[in-house]
Amino acid sequence: MREEPVVQVRGLVKRYRSKTAVDGLDLTARQGITAVLGPNGAGKTTTVEACEGYRRPDAGEVRVLGLDPIADAGRLRPQIGVMLQSGGVYSGARADEMLRHMARLHAHPLDVDTLIERLGLGSCGRTTYRRLSGGQQQRLALAMAVVGRPALVFLDEPTAGLDPQARRATWDLVRDLRTDGVAVILTTHHMDEAEQLADDVAIIDAGRVIAQGSPEALCRGGAENTLRFTGRPGLDVASLLKALPMDAAAAELTPGSYRVTGNVDPQLLATVTSWCAQHGVMPDRIAVERHTLEDVFLELTGKELRS
Amino acid sequence: MSATTPAGTPAGTFAPRPGAAPLGRMIAAQAALETRMLLRNGEQLLLTVVIPSLLLVLFSTVDVVDTGEGKAVDFLAPGVLALAVMSTAFTGQAIATGFERRYGVLKRLGTSPLPRWGLMAAKTLAVLVTEVLQVVLLVVIALALGWSPHGNPFAVPLLLVAGTAAFSGLGLLMAGTLKAEATLAAANLVFLLLLVGGGVIVPLDRFPDAAAAVLGLLPIAALSDGLRDVLQNGAALPWGDLGILAVWAVVGLGAAGRFFRWE
Repeated sequence: MREEPVVQVRGLVKRYRSKTAVDGLDLTARQGITAVLGPNGAGKTTTVEACEGYRRPDAGEVRVLGLDPIADAGRLRPQIGVMLQSGGVYSGARADEMLRHMARLHAHPLDVDTLIERLGLGSCGRTTYRRLSGGQQQRLALAMAVVGRPALVFLDEPTAGLDPQARRATWDLVRDLRTDGVAVILTTHHMDEAEQLADDVAIIDAGRVIAQGSPEALCRGGAENTLRFTGRPGLDVASLLKALPMDAAAAELTPGSYRVTGNVDPQLLATVTSWCAQHGVMPDRIAVERHTLEDVFLELTGKELRS
Repeated sequence: MSATTPAGTPAGTFAPRPGAAPLGRMIAAQAALETRMLLRNGEQLLLTVVIPSLLLVLFSTVDVVDTGEGKAVDFLAPGVLALAVMSTAFTGQAIATGFERRYGVLKRLGTSPLPRWGLMAAKTLAVLVTEVLQVVLLVVIALALGWSPHGNPFAVPLLLVAGTAAFSGLGLLMAGTLKAEATLAAANLVFLLLLVGGGVIVPLDRFPDAAAAVLGLLPIAALSDGLRDVLQNGAALPWGDLGILAVWAVVGLGAAGRFFRWE
């Protein structure tokens, strides 16, 4: 396992004419799966493309596997796999033909037939790229990113436009990459994708990383979690409050509908149910609302993530 | 965790083992793919094979244009060989490369282990392979039509290569700077204009003297005139035409190298 960061970005600035796409961004990614999460136009693709060597930084420093993506391009390129957001294939090429070609550019490629089967690309047959479905094109781009057995792959919106089944298959493959020791950097604007897959999430807004950590850590920080239950109306909320930890709050929102906010852990749940038992209350419909990345994002930026 | 994932690849399948293939193998693979793409594309074949062959047969057998003394095919064959070079190195390459740029193919290959100069070398190889196929086909057709070539056989490949360099530079300059649709339109238009005004089928001396002098400096005119000098008139090496092609090659490749944008 590699101990040093696979990607280290310090103070990255990238402007396109008058528009500043990335504005002093710092990002450190280690082995495992790192999700770069943010709304469209936040600077995700620009950041990743600076790491891939496509964009020359206007300021700041980028190191990928310890190398400068532009100055050391020749040494870096064989070690990385890249999945672009779209395109990248000759419109007249067949899926297997393009994949075999990418394999030939590498010294120790994966077995192409295995990969074709794994990603369900066998059904593409003799169809040329321009006539493949969007999902097939997407899976081919993913296959092209991994066929050279890279140490690090960059996946730009890998499941954009996929149906739920294809999405799950892609997630499975990404998890296998991690298990086998491939570092993964992926951009996404899907909360669930980041929550499901990532070991580490960097939230980007307006060209900066505004929060970074594991999904659990990000969800623990910030706003409190919520526990809701219904019971008979007019319970003694003040008495409930006394039983709860200091930082928790309780309220009857509508008659018979109660909300407890705070650090909702098993201990707090037990406190609420035992208080109910002592007061002869049958708590109905207990629901714990875990804080999601979506909430975190909303609190940090005041914006909805979904575009 | 089981040793096999639900979808059926064993654990460890993706374990990193990065590395570039040997350079020669990469370039050969890239050239083979580029050649297949060229030969698979119907519009490209129309341009590179069908049109030159049809023009050669049509104008050699039907007396439409006055091609001067001697058999028509002796005048037409060198011109059509020049046209074949232009169709592949300039028009075909410009259109294909323009769309590869538009659809992110050049971008994607830019992060593959193949260096950019290796990609360009492969493209040149693909063009040369295609030209060899064209020349073989057109020579067979011309011979069947009674063509009797003359001259120094070594001068011909030299002219063809110089012409390829000149047209490749111009084609890549266009593909690397204009939008793909603009390249498509412009490359076809230029092909048509040079076909008519470049001494391919219509001898340049049919034009007014001043126009002919200017047209004679075009790469297509230099190439068809040079080939004709050798193949029809038995000249050793047409230095003037080679010089014109060399200047176009230097200017075109230089400008393409300077202004080509990969995305």
